[in-house]
Amino acid sequence: MALNAKEPKGALKDKWRLYNEHKDLVNPANRKKIDVIVVGAGLSGGGASASLAELGYNVKTFFFQDSGRRSHSVAAQGGVNAAKNYQNDGDTIYKMFYDTIKGGDYRSRESNVYRMAQLSVDLIDHMTAQGVPFGREYSGYLSNRSFGGVLVSRTFYARGQTGQQLLMATYQAMMKQVKKGTLTQYNRHEILDFVLVDGKARGVIVRDLVTGKIERHSAHAVVLGTGGFGKIYYLSTLAMNSNVSATWRAHKKGAFFANPSWTQIHPTALPQAGDHQSKLTLMSESLRNDGRIWVPLKKDDDRLPNDIPSEDRDYYLERRYPAFGNLVPRDVASRAAKERMDAGHGVGKLKNAVYLDFRTAIGKLGVATIKERYGNLFTMYKKITGIDAYKEPMKISPAAHFSMGGLWVDYELGTTIPGLYAVGEANFADHGANRLGANSLLQASVDGNFVLPNTISNFLANEIRTGPIPTDTPEFDEVEKAVKDKLEKLLSIKGKTPVDRIHRALGKIMFKEVAMSRNEKGLIWAIKEIKKLRKQFWNDAAIYGEANGMNSELEKAGRLADYLEIAELMAKDALSRNESCGAHYREEFVSEDGEAKRNDKEFMYSAAWEWLGKPDWKLHKEHLEFHDIEVKTRSYK
Amino acid sequence: MKITLKIWRQDGPKSKGKLETFQLNEVEQDMSFLEMLDMLNESLAVKGERSVEFDHDCREGICGQCSLVINGQAHGPESHYTTCQTHMRSFKDGDTIFIEPFRAKAFPVIRDLKVNRDSFDTIIQAGGYISALTGNAPEANNIPIHHNISESAFDSAACIGCGACVATCKNSSAALFVSAKISHLAKLPQGQVERKERIEYMITAHDEEGFGSCTHTGACAMVCPQEVQLLDIARMNYEFNRALCKAT
Repeated sequence: MALNAKEPKGALKDKWRLYNEHKDLVNPANRKKIDVIVVGAGLSGGGASASLAELGYNVKTFFFQDSGRRSHSVAAQGGVNAAKNYQNDGDTIYKMFYDTIKGGDYRSRESNVYRMAQLSVDLIDHMTAQGVPFGREYSGYLSNRSFGGVLVSRTFYARGQTGQQLLMATYQAMMKQVKKGTLTQYNRHEILDFVLVDGKARGVIVRDLVTGKIERHSAHAVVLGTGGFGKIYYLSTLAMNSNVSATWRAHKKGAFFANPSWTQIHPTALPQAGDHQSKLTLMSESLRNDGRIWVPLKKDDDRLPNDIPSEDRDYYLERRYPAFGNLVPRDVASRAAKERMDAGHGVGKLKNAVYLDFRTAIGKLGVATIKERYGNLFTMYKKITGIDAYKEPMKISPAAHFSMGGLWVDYELGTTIPGLYAVGEANFADHGANRLGANSLLQASVDGNFVLPNTISNFLANEIRTGPIPTDTPEFDEVEKAVKDKLEKLLSIKGKTPVDRIHRALGKIMFKEVAMSRNEKGLIWAIKEIKKLRKQFWNDAAIYGEANGMNSELEKAGRLADYLEIAELMAKDALSRNESCGAHYREEFVSEDGEAKRNDKEFMYSAAWEWLGKPDWKLHKEHLEFHDIEVKTRSYK
Repeated sequence: MKITLKIWRQDGPKSKGKLETFQLNEVEQDMSFLEMLDMLNESLAVKGERSVEFDHDCREGICGQCSLVINGQAHGPESHYTTCQTHMRSFKDGDTIFIEPFRAKAFPVIRDLKVNRDSFDTIIQAGGYISALTGNAPEANNIPIHHNISESAFDSAACIGCGACVATCKNSSAALFVSAKISHLAKLPQGQVERKERIEYMITAHDEEGFGSCTHTGACAMVCPQEVQLLDIARMNYEFNRALCKAT
């Protein structure tokens, strides 16, 4: 099967307008005859749900949390980018497109990225109208801050809780449609598989997490807004229940999975304190606007940070990258921290951290200003560590954070299964091999609110005569049986090793060899270990309780079974790419000064993997063409 | 640390519950409270016993999913913390800790420590939004909003919808939760048009869902993880009375 990205013809800046001028529409009277299933209620899934329901489609939204307001978009802190140029600092849509393509190390699709930059402008208007209390100047106008990898201030923010505020607006828009009767929400429901009829995505099999009941739901199209899978590393900035299961099971039904190994390791999370740890809390990248990162110049310097004078400190980002300093992109900052820690300059009990210091900023701006900008982050830091960061530097460390990879989608956000769409972090689009800070909230919101509702009509226009999709068909029977069998199989293992313990072991393998720095030997070792662990899981996982009732251990086990499969594909994907690009850093392919070295001649493509069963995969390549940007070596020096 | 746990176990909404005792001998001070419960559940899994069900997700204090009453206090011993941010350093070796679900008529227990908070969704559905459809928005800088007003709206909008206010209130009132949303939207110019309908519908939904009345004790504001202010309840009452006398 050849990949068709369905990019519209015309100049880059006209593509989205031309697409909209020529797409098919569904008339308002027909929309209520059309059912759409949305999975996930975060910024992408929730935005799609609300916007599709506003248009009059019959929307059914499924999510495992008890309320849409808890989706993990809620935890995004720093901000959302938009090319408004409110600061008059020379920002344009093209500049934002340029920064995003370059930030992604020339491994994303031009037309998708340009559209995201274009729609960023509308998104800020939309969210403001919904009542998002963005940060403002005393004049009353909207304020901006700067984020890594750019030379302008285009990030809009609501203190350090921007994700929460955008999600509240999205959740409220959903609730409004629930009241209007165009949206039905199924909270505490988990998608277990997809039903295809004549090759089209026509329904889902779900488990009611409260009663354990297996249910069938049908629709004319299915949209996945299920987020990323960084939780595969066990220790990550993600929520405990974030998972890959919906996208992975779609993959096993025929949706290609693109660039699975491209995971963003965030440079500013709290370091691990012990073996019991379940989560690494993120400290927003926005802190790097005013915080300076350093380690002691001398190895194993035991002095307290405030006792180390300036001449004994190594501000290594400012030293290595004078143009961008502390605001280099995340992959660069994480690798630089790892380099210092590996060289013996790490700080903290486990020597697994670097300092993020606000002394200079507090001296210049005063405590009050710093408090207003980052107050909640300093409070959170104190709650978790017991340390007052106004008085001594924070200790931070890299942690798994964002999945640039995801289901392969075309310009319409359609996967390789007709009628199945993927929005937000669940798809692979827009960020290439590295995502810029504050582009995640943007992509999720833009996909859900502005792109998907417009592109899906092109598909649904052909469905107006289809009529309701029945669920009492052999196709539904078959998938439901497979789902039930799998649950029974999990419960029949009755082993001795707790699910979390196996997940931690998987996380260790992945963080060691399939994270910040990769090499052939390590990846081959990882694949072997993953296979061993998968065997251990199916032979000895301790999963008890019943399927016909609430059972969170069974939920975790089902998700881990999927992680144990995608883990292998992640390693395989990393192994197949003999170059370094963005977050994918292969030790064999680096420049003389230790920076990532791309190989555009052989690897200027997105790797889209087709499931062949067992597990085994076939690689398809979407070759990337750059007409509107000069492909250069990515440098932040 | 050695810790004795007395945990509420209840099979389903209609079953009778009871406290069950567990012993953990290797708890560390650096553990979060929920990691301590993870440890308990791992030990139960090895023995083939049913795990203790509790709600949790982000584990960084922002999703609002965790919902425990620890030694009689919603979320735990520290003021303005969520359960997930509570660490074992707040307890001593040899302590006995009582863990129960949030209790309120409008929050029925689902199983063990998990409760059903759909009633909060119902209140927001009644009117907790601005009806701006996607694609209709004017240019964001067209309406300047004073810095202080925006910041004050944020203070109210910061509510994480956990329900600790309800669990703490002796009347099981959701006044602080409702007032946070009312205040967030009433403070902003964008929220003015639907101001009257919003307060009327939301208060009606609050009462219909079985939440009690507010008698201004202020216990809710003492536990609120986001420090939503009691003043928001005063504003809600003002909005309610205003709606009674005004046409819009």
